[in-house]
Amino acid sequence: MIFLDNLINGLSLGSIYAIIALGYSMVYGIAKMLNFAHGDVIMVGAYVAFCGLQYWGLPPVVAILLAMVVCTVLGITIEGLAYRPLRQATSLAVLITAIGMSYLLQNLALMIWGANPKSFPLSGTSMRLGGLNVSSATLITIAANIVIMLALTAFTAKTKMGKAMRCVSEDRGAAELMGINVNRTISVTFAIGSALAAIAGVLLCTSYPILQPTTGSMPGIKAFTAAVFGGIGSIPGAMLGGVLLGVIEIFGKAYISTELGDAIVFAVLIVVLLVKPTGLLGKPMREKV
Amino acid sequence: MTQRIRHRSDTRMVPVPSHSIVPERDVDQIPVLETRHLGIDFGGLKAVDDFNLTIGRTEIAGLIGPNGAGKTTVFNMLTKVYEPTTGAVLINGQDMKGLNIVQASRLGIARTFQNIRLFDKMTVEENVRIGLHNQIRYDMLTGILRLPRYWKQEKKQHERAMELLDIFHMQDLADEEAGSLPYGAQRRLEIVRALATDPKLLLLDEPAAGMNPRETEELMETIARIRDRFQIAILLIEHDMSLVMGVCEGICVLNFGRIIAKGTADEIQANPAVIEAYLGKRKEADA
Amino acid sequence: MTRAKRRRLIYNLITFGLVIGAFLLLQNMIAAKSISRSLRGQLVPICAWIVMAVSLNLVIGFSGELSLGHAGFMSVGAYTGAVVSGWLMNVCALEDATLRLVISIVAGGLIAGLAGVLIGIPVLRLRGDYLAIVTLAFGEIIRNLVNVLYIGTTDTGLHFAFLNRQMPEGVTMLVDGAKGAVKIKPIATFTAGFVLILVTLIVVLNLVNSRAGRAIQATRDNRIAAESMGVSVTKYKMMAFVTAAVLAGMAGALYGLNSSTVVPTQFTFNQSINVLVFVVLGGLGNVLGSIISATFLTVLPEVLREFADYRMLVYAVVLILVMIFTNNPTIRALADRLFGPVKALFRSRKNVAGGEMQ
Repeated sequence: MIFLDNLINGLSLGSIYAIIALGYSMVYGIAKMLNFAHGDVIMVGAYVAFCGLQYWGLPPVVAILLAMVVCTVLGITIEGLAYRPLRQATSLAVLITAIGMSYLLQNLALMIWGANPKSFPLSGTSMRLGGLNVSSATLITIAANIVIMLALTAFTAKTKMGKAMRCVSEDRGAAELMGINVNRTISVTFAIGSALAAIAGVLLCTSYPILQPTTGSMPGIKAFTAAVFGGIGSIPGAMLGGVLLGVIEIFGKAYISTELGDAIVFAVLIVVLLVKPTGLLGKPMREKV
Repeated sequence: MTQRIRHRSDTRMVPVPSHSIVPERDVDQIPVLETRHLGIDFGGLKAVDDFNLTIGRTEIAGLIGPNGAGKTTVFNMLTKVYEPTTGAVLINGQDMKGLNIVQASRLGIARTFQNIRLFDKMTVEENVRIGLHNQIRYDMLTGILRLPRYWKQEKKQHERAMELLDIFHMQDLADEEAGSLPYGAQRRLEIVRALATDPKLLLLDEPAAGMNPRETEELMETIARIRDRFQIAILLIEHDMSLVMGVCEGICVLNFGRIIAKGTADEIQANPAVIEAYLGKRKEADA
Repeated sequence: MTRAKRRRLIYNLITFGLVIGAFLLLQNMIAAKSISRSLRGQLVPICAWIVMAVSLNLVIGFSGELSLGHAGFMSVGAYTGAVVSGWLMNVCALEDATLRLVISIVAGGLIAGLAGVLIGIPVLRLRGDYLAIVTLAFGEIIRNLVNVLYIGTTDTGLHFAFLNRQMPEGVTMLVDGAKGAVKIKPIATFTAGFVLILVTLIVVLNLVNSRAGRAIQATRDNRIAAESMGVSVTKYKMMAFVTAAVLAGMAGALYGLNSSTVVPTQFTFNQSINVLVFVVLGGLGNVLGSIISATFLTVLPEVLREFADYRMLVYAVVLILVMIFTNNPTIRALADRLFGPVKALFRSRKNVAGGEMQ
């Protein structure tokens, strides 16, 4: 029973990682950059939803939609202001900028909402399913993850913008020559990733209801680990990597050591990168010479 | 056709056992390069297939073909940037199987790049010194502690670098940042840097790209001069037919990853398969 | 003497001159008691941060890899220093504080260097963003591990425990899990910090102007071209990485031995980012810049309370703006036209992402 409890907790945490990882993975695949600030967009989303619920008395669905809108705008703004001027720059410069952006968001949040942790007003209700206690939050999280993955897969396969994204991710130069607006495609990618981040933020805080400016950074880094684990740029890969990583983390904490939980997650990242740098479902990339 | 720069006007190309041709003067020596059924797949697509080429010790050879024929891919296989899927590469009779890029360089193979790859933030002289990395050595500790050997080897490196830069009369540019040089000078610096590694085989990937006709002509003379002075083999990829026809002794034509013709300039120009592959480019070839 | 050589010599002379001059000046001020208590307390940490910044610059500025776990090496050095110093005092009864300090700092450097080798072997096979994130991961792993590390001394020698605190009777704890390294005798001195900076400068400046240093920079500018010239990229990336780890370890030992306790939370990812800000603001590949910005940014929050409150916010903006200003072609061209003549005077030859602020 404890094993099953842990498994369900792992799946739930993993589903959150998976949704965050999707954002990382899409941006990395298309803009070829590690958007270090992605984790902090999650935090902003959670704060906006928090304000909607706590101060403005919005119904949960509206609060979440509001958070998604704010994060989408935020994502597009960040991309346009900080990353677009660096399109031709080295990955080193872009990554340093992204780290700066991450810290900027954290510190702005600190100024707006203060350092005191807020307790998130949404939480799941406990249900009995068979012999298990399952939180409704857990079920919603897992369901949301599956819906999002299916929707994104359909989007990239069927719609014009989805196809444009795949083109840009394959070869930016060629896509531009084919008349695809690369900047717009990248913007849309950031918009989608950030909207997903808002959902992830709400789900994260529903399961772990402590909200502070640094809430997003550790899950963000772990979700990137998950994206790499599953194979960066791959939608099913992000999902698989996220879920596996969540399960590994919960089991590691339960059976090995609580203090070493993070260390175990990062050890997984290192092993994966050494054994299979392209991740579980990733395609190998060849450097052009 | 421009005049041919053949310092050895007596060049006669003769067949060797592996069914390639090399200049007669190199025939009694192990060829500097021999490829046997070389091929590479990119995810099912055969980018290069059954590529057989032999190059003599002091031969200047050309590799031509339409865009996307797989010429640079051949260079990448020869320098081990890509591992071939099939076949073998022999440098001086030694199989390169399993070697990496660095080991390939140490075997005596050096190259320039189609899209220039200089060390942009370093000076011209430092770029050449990187080429001398394995020629004039001392270890890290000697460098940090500035032992006498450091000063001695540094002086040697400097002198050698200047000597090499002299090939293209570039000593005055020694202190310039490589990335700030004009395009043509960058191409020449890449050749100097490659020569600094003391290669047996020099691979030039479109050395005349972006050069005007006068510069191209100078380059042609310099290529011949380099071969004579260093007694090395040169294999070059080039779209400028005046250069290829003017300086190359043996020419190999690639189309869709396969060799469609091998021979001397005259033979290639008369070859119907080549004319077909270059349809419409005939005029340019005669320019 | 060539132009490049002369420029390098002048640059090195200014760097060394500034450091030595500042040291002599401060020594005089200390002797004359004309220096505030709070600033006096900052002197050793400033030395440690300078060494951190210069060593990280070797990795980022010269070998072109973003290491986000530099604080991890610092913590390895700090813990090693505390343990070695405690062991020398408690078990070996070594009274001479200076000798103890020197041995502790060297030990801190060696152990951090060893950690650098162990981490570098897997990490340096990776490239770019992956390398950055894995160094971050290693920094966090190190922090996690020291959190559950217990080291104590008895008359018989050192005792180690991991995960749970099992120590013999009558033990004197040196490292006590989440409480960190405790009961350290603060033996670090400003002079030791100054000497460490000199050592760092000699190592880094001499290295970058040697065969190995050029190879390191070549791997930064163009990996494939460097390999094609016969330069073993992994070897030289490793050389830069491990050298930086050793220096960071020594800085850590110095830093740790300046206070009575060292706790794991002092060496978080945030601390790595602090050092990154020093390096970026000072200019990638600009050693003198790193020294100045590390000093400036360590002193500023002490002097200016208002700045302390907004420190991280300002740092974040600095990172973004410096990168955009030095890497956006349009802005760069504009800046070159405006500041071209001024820049030429101060220009350091070597910079990658071009992070220079005058």
